[in-house]
Amino acid sequence: MKERTIWEQIADSFRSRSIWMLHYCTGCGAMELPPTMTARFDMERFGITPMATPRQADIMLITGYLNTKTLRRVIYTYEQMADPKYVVGFGSCTINGGIYFDSYSTINRLDYYIPVDVYIAGCMPRPEAILEAFNYLMEKIRKGEADGWKRYKENYDWYKQNQIRSLGEVYVHDEFHE
Amino acid sequence: MVAAYKALFNLVLGFFLVLSLEGVGRKITARVQRRIGPPWYQNFIDVFKALSKHPFSNGWVFDFGVLMALGGAMATAMIVPMGSTTWTPFPNSDNFFVIMYLFAVGALGMAMGMVGSGNPWASIGVSRALTQMLGYELPYLIVISSTIFYYKTASIHKLVELQKNGWNLLVMPLGGIIAFISLMGMLGKKPFDISTAPAEIASGPMTELSGKYLGLLHIMHVFAMFVEVSLFVDVFLGGGNLGWYLVKFIVVWVLAVLISSVLPRFRIEQMLKFYWGVPLGLAFLNALFVLLGWTL
Repeated sequence: MKERTIWEQIADSFRSRSIWMLHYCTGCGAMELPPTMTARFDMERFGITPMATPRQADIMLITGYLNTKTLRRVIYTYEQMADPKYVVGFGSCTINGGIYFDSYSTINRLDYYIPVDVYIAGCMPRPEAILEAFNYLMEKIRKGEADGWKRYKENYDWYKQNQIRSLGEVYVHDEFHE
Repeated sequence: MVAAYKALFNLVLGFFLVLSLEGVGRKITARVQRRIGPPWYQNFIDVFKALSKHPFSNGWVFDFGVLMALGGAMATAMIVPMGSTTWTPFPNSDNFFVIMYLFAVGALGMAMGMVGSGNPWASIGVSRALTQMLGYELPYLIVISSTIFYYKTASIHKLVELQKNGWNLLVMPLGGIIAFISLMGMLGKKPFDISTAPAEIASGPMTELSGKYLGLLHIMHVFAMFVEVSLFVDVFLGGGNLGWYLVKFIVVWVLAVLISSVLPRFRIEQMLKFYWGVPLGLAFLNALFVLLGWTL
């Protein structure tokens, strides 16, 4: 890994203490986020706050399984986020498809399509596990090891090829968004 | 030259004071909700992190709008007096109307830039913000007009001097309360955070802002809040030396945060009905009292 300059180290320590998240709540993992946000587990004490749009967000939470339709939206959203950006995969669905692994439309391994920085095991992970994962992510960001956004830029052709293999066409043209 | 240093001091103190108070406000809200909450310096981390990101631009109108908003708010923060004549950077131009006009530059810059991003949520947010401005400014300006009529001056530091024997809040309690309600709308605190409602319109004007732009607009918001609360402290609570001024600033801020932490959000037409109902009527009543000389 390349040596970081002093400014990058300072910026990384700021980034690790202020994480604005965008939750892509298609799966059941979204159910575990309200207790993590509210009074009992209170993720705001680590500086983690929900944000409304991908432009403002730093991390994206993929909370559960993806199919070919939702993966396309995840890719749109991920590419709209500003660098540096990080992705957290919730539960076994993002690792290997979980209990839906043999479905005809389920994406089994998220890492083929967008770079994932932290996976949380479990089906679904409890709030304790989510906070553990966030602490691990903060540690990784502080050390400069969470470099998924750099990997995405460097291996863009490989990711794009995987996306096209699964989706056919990544950007769907419809008259509403032309 | 001294005036320039004082103006710079205004900016530095406004930045650090309001940004720490925002963090304290988040902590207070968290305690009200029985959470632990972030540390008080969280907003400093947020702003510096936002400035360290690699943002997207949406064209030169967008860039220019963000800079105009920040510049307008900084210019206003430079001329607003901090409690006494000693801490008034420009004693000849701290007229209330100058501050109000300069303040509009920041708000309009933000409106222009955010509409320039081309996002429908941003347009809705800006239209809501301008509607809300129409709502709170009417009662606020009527109260301020009666204050100016009562003290026969519009210069803020002269208003502060004339309040040596009794705060304006005690002279016209009705006006002070209405001005505080308007202040809640200006600060965008909870019942009136319609323009940035994240759950409804995806944080409104800020929808397309990423990284540095968000950081710059946050700093603009910090200076805007500094001006708004300072005006209330100067015009209604009688300013005071720097220490008293800070105490009054913090008390007003904490009161606004406490009120906002227990209230839900108005809809836009409810907000307008609210402001143009009771507060506007009471503002007219207050003006009548002042005209008839029935003040305390």
